[in-house]
Amino acid sequence: MSGLGELRAMARRPRDERARRRPKRNEWSGYLFLAPWIVGILGITILPILASLYLSFTDYRLTRRRAPEFVGFENYMNMFSDSNWWDSVGVTLRYVLFGVPLQLAVALGLAMLLDRGLRGLSFYRSVFYLPSLLGGSVAVAILWRQVFGYEGLFNEFLAWKLNVFGVTLPSLGEIFGYETISWIGNADTALWMIILLHVWTFGSPMIIFLAGLRQIPVMYYEAAEVDGAGKWRRFRSITLPLLSPIIFFNLVLQTIGSFQSFTQAYIISGGSGGPGTSTLFYGLYLYRQGFTSYQMGYASAMAWMLLLTIAVVTALFFATSRFWVFYED
Amino acid sequence: MTLPPTAPPARMTTDTLERTPAAPTAPPRPYRRLHIPWRSIVKHAALVALAVSMIYPLIWMLASSFKPTETIFREIGLIPTDATIGNYTNGWTAFTTPFSTFLLNSLIIAVGSILGNLISCSLAAYAFARMRFRGRGFMFATMLLTLMLPYQVVVVPQYIVFRQFDWINTFWPLIVPKFLAVDAFFVFLMVQFIRGLPRELDEAARIDGAGHFRTYYRIILPLMTPALATTAIFTFVWTWNDFFTQLIYLPDLERKTAATALNMFIDSSSTSDFGAMFAMSVVSLLPLFLLFLFGQRWLIRGIATTGIK
Repeated sequence: MSGLGELRAMARRPRDERARRRPKRNEWSGYLFLAPWIVGILGITILPILASLYLSFTDYRLTRRRAPEFVGFENYMNMFSDSNWWDSVGVTLRYVLFGVPLQLAVALGLAMLLDRGLRGLSFYRSVFYLPSLLGGSVAVAILWRQVFGYEGLFNEFLAWKLNVFGVTLPSLGEIFGYETISWIGNADTALWMIILLHVWTFGSPMIIFLAGLRQIPVMYYEAAEVDGAGKWRRFRSITLPLLSPIIFFNLVLQTIGSFQSFTQAYIISGGSGGPGTSTLFYGLYLYRQGFTSYQMGYASAMAWMLLLTIAVVTALFFATSRFWVFYED
Repeated sequence: MTLPPTAPPARMTTDTLERTPAAPTAPPRPYRRLHIPWRSIVKHAALVALAVSMIYPLIWMLASSFKPTETIFREIGLIPTDATIGNYTNGWTAFTTPFSTFLLNSLIIAVGSILGNLISCSLAAYAFARMRFRGRGFMFATMLLTLMLPYQVVVVPQYIVFRQFDWINTFWPLIVPKFLAVDAFFVFLMVQFIRGLPRELDEAARIDGAGHFRTYYRIILPLMTPALATTAIFTFVWTWNDFFTQLIYLPDLERKTAATALNMFIDSSSTSDFGAMFAMSVVSLLPLFLLFLFGQRWLIRGIATTGIK
């Protein structure tokens, strides 16, 4: 089911006995099939990783016609005294910390609601999935920019006065005391609008959860019910543990992906990461260092910090997984 | 005792579970004959409300694309009072290069990427799933590890090298990597799929004298059409939605794609032709929407079985 589960299972999987008994064929044909992949992993992945490690210790600007100049840890030191860098770390951490769990919680909640033969399941599933399909596009980011702008749809909604039988109800904005602001032009709210966009795309994890829920034998629930387990108890003691490998897989992949997110923040802030640095995502700041200022050394150092962060976070996930991820063997 | 005519369906899995727990908690009231399923009504009402509020912005964009720019933010209703396709003609010709060029560029990249992924990933997957050679396990693990690799770590050196090649403003940096199986997810997806195929089939082919390539081409490839379809569809969605690589490798106007051309509407905010911007946004979403309408089965199956986005 999951790439990560596969990886962790590889360590303990016994050798494929059947294959072992077979005489070895010409090994080279294997490498021949893998030739494109080998060229790719070396040329497009491993060499660039090493090159960027090297570049991260150099001062290298593409605009100057000069070779990279070795500067030791200078880029890394500069990073720690760069307030924009710290801001971008803060923004990205907040995005990951709130966006990922919120999206997965909504996805799980709706998967639970839709599970077990709800009428119209496939209709709801389609409608909820559509935003996931479109959500990564520039067009939707542009839409978001307009919906949460000063004159946008969202403010219109907040100011909407419902008229029921001649009685005008107060608008939501009045009830909650909101002023008309540009939600993406305001430093306090801009990041939340991007988090909201991420949550809006809960459809694809929801589909994964739905598929996972379908794997849980109904027997378990029936047995628990006979034993007098309530709804919450059944959820906590059956659904959650049996779904935990899928939750784990989604959590890891979404976290890794969210650390790198770029397009939405770029489009919504018009490439600036503004207002101020409120939506200066790490990926966006890295892009500006590397591809508008052409500070390739600094950008590489930033990329390596990102790689290390992701590696540490992933390792933490795996390390803690044995306490909360349940594998049915 | 024989079962009453309204016996529960043979499979107790789907419909029944929802109703069974409700029975003991809600005893039938003697004075009301008609049973109104309030819980179900509330549930559906909430789901429909959520669905509408999620989709509403998209519908609003579609409706706005037919309104004159001055009225987009003035007119509350969805139905335009004076519908116009002026936004579409304006948007199409907003830049010195027509929008059709941008769409075509996006299409070329998407088709090239799909071809590349189908060929290279299936070759690699066949090797991982069906062949034995030294270092296979290590290479497979390496491939899975690249799933976690942030793109930012490789993009700077890649950019420098592709610049050396004079590949800026060409489609090569976007297509060539796909022919080298860099999208590990698809390799993994195909490996899983091939492992699920009965080995007897290709063993029979081997006994009949087919080599590895013939087995791959004649036996495995036709059998793995579902995996290939999923790969093709998701490659399309990802490259169509891609922005970052197209932004850095294709700066020239004639080479811009639908995604990066849309971005220009924001850059040239002085004109603020929202109508044209919405119209071209709708145009750029149209292929994805068609895919949603006609390829949904593949999309949902692909997500459910592999967990890709």
